[in-house]
Amino acid sequence: MNLTKRMLMSMAGAALMFAAPMQAVAQDWQPRKPIDFVIMAGAGGGADQIARFIQAVAEQEDLTTRPLVPNNKGGGSGAEALIHVSTASDPDHTILVTLNSFFTTPLRQQNLGIDIQTFTPVAMMGVDPFVLWVHKDSGITTFEEYVAKVQEMDGEFVMGGTGAGQEDSIVIAYMSGAYDLDIKYIPYDGGGAVAKDLAGQQIMATVNNPAEAKGFYEAGDFVPLLAFSDERMPAYPDVPTIKEMGHDFSYYNQRAIVGAPGMSEEAAAYYQDLFTQVYESEQWQGYLTSESLSPLWMDAAEQRDYWALQVENHQALLAALGE
Amino acid sequence: MRVGELLTAGFLALLSLYLMWKSTELPIGYIAGTGPGGGAWPFWLSAIMLISCICIAINWWRGTSPASQSEDPVLDRHGWKSLIFVGGGIIVFVALISIISMYGAIAVFLFYYIWFLGRHGLILSLAISLITPVALFFFFEGAMQITMPSGLPFTDPVFNFLYEIIY
Amino acid sequence: MDVLLLLADGMLLSLQPLNLVMILLGVTLGLFIGAMPGLGSVNGVAILLPVTFLVPPGSAIIFLAAIYYGAMYGGAVSSITLGIPGASTAVATTFDGRPLAQQGRASLALVTAALASFIGGTVANVLFTLFAPLLASVALSFGPPEVFALMLLAFATFVGLGGDDIPKTVFSICFGLVLGAVGFDQISGAPRLVLFDYNGFLQGIGFLVLAIGVYGIGEMLWTIDQTRGDVTATTPKMTIKGMASDTKEAAKRGWKGTMIGSFLGFFVGVLPAAGATPGSLMSYGVAKMVSRKPEEFGKGSPDGVAAPEAANNSASTGSMLPMLTLGIPGSPTTAILLGGMVIWGLVPGPRLFVDEQEFVWGLIGSFYISNVAALLINLAFIPVFIWMLRMPFTILAPMIFVLSIAGGYAATRDMFDIWLIVLFGLGAFFMRKFDYPLAPAVLAIVLGPIAEPTLRQSLLLSSGDPSIFFTRPVAGPITIIALVLIFLPAIKVVRRMRDERKPAS
Repeated sequence: MNLTKRMLMSMAGAALMFAAPMQAVAQDWQPRKPIDFVIMAGAGGGADQIARFIQAVAEQEDLTTRPLVPNNKGGGSGAEALIHVSTASDPDHTILVTLNSFFTTPLRQQNLGIDIQTFTPVAMMGVDPFVLWVHKDSGITTFEEYVAKVQEMDGEFVMGGTGAGQEDSIVIAYMSGAYDLDIKYIPYDGGGAVAKDLAGQQIMATVNNPAEAKGFYEAGDFVPLLAFSDERMPAYPDVPTIKEMGHDFSYYNQRAIVGAPGMSEEAAAYYQDLFTQVYESEQWQGYLTSESLSPLWMDAAEQRDYWALQVENHQALLAALGE
Repeated sequence: MRVGELLTAGFLALLSLYLMWKSTELPIGYIAGTGPGGGAWPFWLSAIMLISCICIAINWWRGTSPASQSEDPVLDRHGWKSLIFVGGGIIVFVALISIISMYGAIAVFLFYYIWFLGRHGLILSLAISLITPVALFFFFEGAMQITMPSGLPFTDPVFNFLYEIIY
Repeated sequence: MDVLLLLADGMLLSLQPLNLVMILLGVTLGLFIGAMPGLGSVNGVAILLPVTFLVPPGSAIIFLAAIYYGAMYGGAVSSITLGIPGASTAVATTFDGRPLAQQGRASLALVTAALASFIGGTVANVLFTLFAPLLASVALSFGPPEVFALMLLAFATFVGLGGDDIPKTVFSICFGLVLGAVGFDQISGAPRLVLFDYNGFLQGIGFLVLAIGVYGIGEMLWTIDQTRGDVTATTPKMTIKGMASDTKEAAKRGWKGTMIGSFLGFFVGVLPAAGATPGSLMSYGVAKMVSRKPEEFGKGSPDGVAAPEAANNSASTGSMLPMLTLGIPGSPTTAILLGGMVIWGLVPGPRLFVDEQEFVWGLIGSFYISNVAALLINLAFIPVFIWMLRMPFTILAPMIFVLSIAGGYAATRDMFDIWLIVLFGLGAFFMRKFDYPLAPAVLAIVLGPIAEPTLRQSLLLSSGDPSIFFTRPVAGPITIIALVLIFLPAIKVVRRMRDERKPAS
């Protein structure tokens, strides 16, 4: 189940070398109208925050001649966004901010007829790890205590998440399988609502991206127990990873930009160059650090390989979930 | 009106039945331990819709609702004419959006309505139907950064020129 | 006292020349954004975020607050003058605002709305200043069962809103609820009610699509048919004297609704899941219930304008509370603001209120000032809105159609939704002809998607045991009150029917 992040990381260096010749190509093509910057999630979630941050950086640094116009299409686990982008009348001015539903939604809904390999790779801005959180008043401080507690409650331990087949449910399903846990899972409509109900102790634990739980962690309300990253996270050095526990599993939410199917090569080159600049900006690098995202730079060909790999992995994970 | 009342109720009853049938794609029962299934909410509400339609039909038979007593036609000649001219105009307007862009369609629709239906003067009609889309363009695209449909590719030169102005 | 000093600082900052210009600009812009059907404060705040890099952060916050307030006032304008609710929070304003405008008393409605909004906003600001941390813990104690109980209460308050024909009202409520269920089942994550297997329905049917269809197209077609396309516009006159007397009348006949809306709206708005729409509805319902002249409601009661307007302003301010104290957005607008805070380098979450006092109180301080500015500017623009109503109907009507379609597209950015608007509009026209009340459907499509998931989340929590709605300390009383309110009218109806039948037999 290893998502082979390290292997891809090593390729990242090569990608940067490609960036230089790209810049030359990019001059040939400029957007003529506002760029439809489609976001695969509703306003306010983690993906939305990232999209708006990117838009802000582009605006601040004056990187584009036409504005990026954020367009939230979160309906149907991102199905709405995928349909919108794949049927875009002007693929040269339509780009999509993705998360892992980019892989799972077409798998879970074959009838959409979406083939993600037709999309145009643009940039991998980073990957977001997952962490298991509990409320400080639960008294649980280590993962072992958590496992003991869940087993003791025998099916009454309540966790919240963003829904069946969503990123966190995949992680929870894996964890439940590995430790023989019987968890009551309550689906919510967004990461914010999940965090709020953990803060209010309506639910007992969540699996969430650090960005969404950070405020509560810093206030001391949330306790991180376990990270699902490859290595310990710099911001949470005391939190063990599930790998250390002897399970070869890691899971990240991708924060990538892709172009609409049928985007011209010139336009793709322009966007690749644009997001390389955003990626290398001080603001984005700062964001990666402060929100605990891992960098995972890739060029276009690597992104396609990464997509294929992810589709394969998610197929297996979803099959394990019984989807 | 009397016939129309029953026809409307019948049509809505069919719609309710369709919604009920469509809801059964997901479980509509009460699943022990987890509560109602995914189709339960729309299924039972559609069922209430169906019952309401039956009640409406009973009221029709008893003649308690005003519509079921009225012998007036649903739409008289003037009614049909205005519905077709206005409603049809809106349909054509929306269809035109994908061809000659939102702003082009707005101009055509306004001119059609004000000049042809409203019988206002030619100059006034032209002025309103040209100024409104331009003003809306600057409001939506310039101030609000919302891109409206630009129709088929032949409108591109115009839009490229306009975008040059606002950005 | 520290807090008051910081607050005073925030207010003084707002009064600096540059910032004052920002406020005037923001409020005016917000007023027009809010008045446009389909657009609301969320659009205003979203476009503004990138701009905030060009001005000092303090001014940026003030500008955002000004737009926010302007848009909230503007929402009432389209509800009253055009009869199209600009946002779901302004639906209830059409119930009485539109009839008033049709009676030629648009200025009274607009003045009432402005004053009520001002008072609602001010009450909310004061409550916020005094009780923020306490209210935050109340918000946290609302889990799924509590929110569902609250939704029941919201339904209970608008059971009485329908027409006289009960089956048709019931049909309308259920129809709205079912439309709200289209798209995805949140709990199982499975596609649901994808009508005719058309992919466009996967995204669900938005409130605005139905509301613009019903009010912007259907209601307009009905008016054209009813009046033979020749609306003898009651030419409202606009004089300083007239406005002064309107103000007096608004104060006299709208104060009760304003008070109810200000407080009820705030408490509902504070709860992250609920927001301003249920707040404005419940306030309208309660105002009608306690009114001495409930029969005036729906026919042009100033109380009926004041209650939802006070409530939506108050609730929108209230929805800032979970954002500032917990880092949880209570509305789409606050979600965007939250994103903005990340960009400004602030960490949303419970620490914000403690660590970034300057930011928090600066924002609240600028709310006070923006609210005053919004009131003044709104009053100043009322003659302009009235002038719009004096346009010949054959020019106003196509303008309304154009704004509905363009505004609808701006809100959804999807041609599929535009066709749905047209379809709903034509359907609404015929249903309107046969006296189907449509407001319940429009409201149900907002409440349904909150009510259903919370109902099922609660039952998941309790392993399918419905007693969870009665045994929890907060949910219990709310549920019981709601059920009583729902069944009282039903019992009355049954009694009335029995009485009617007796003489017949």
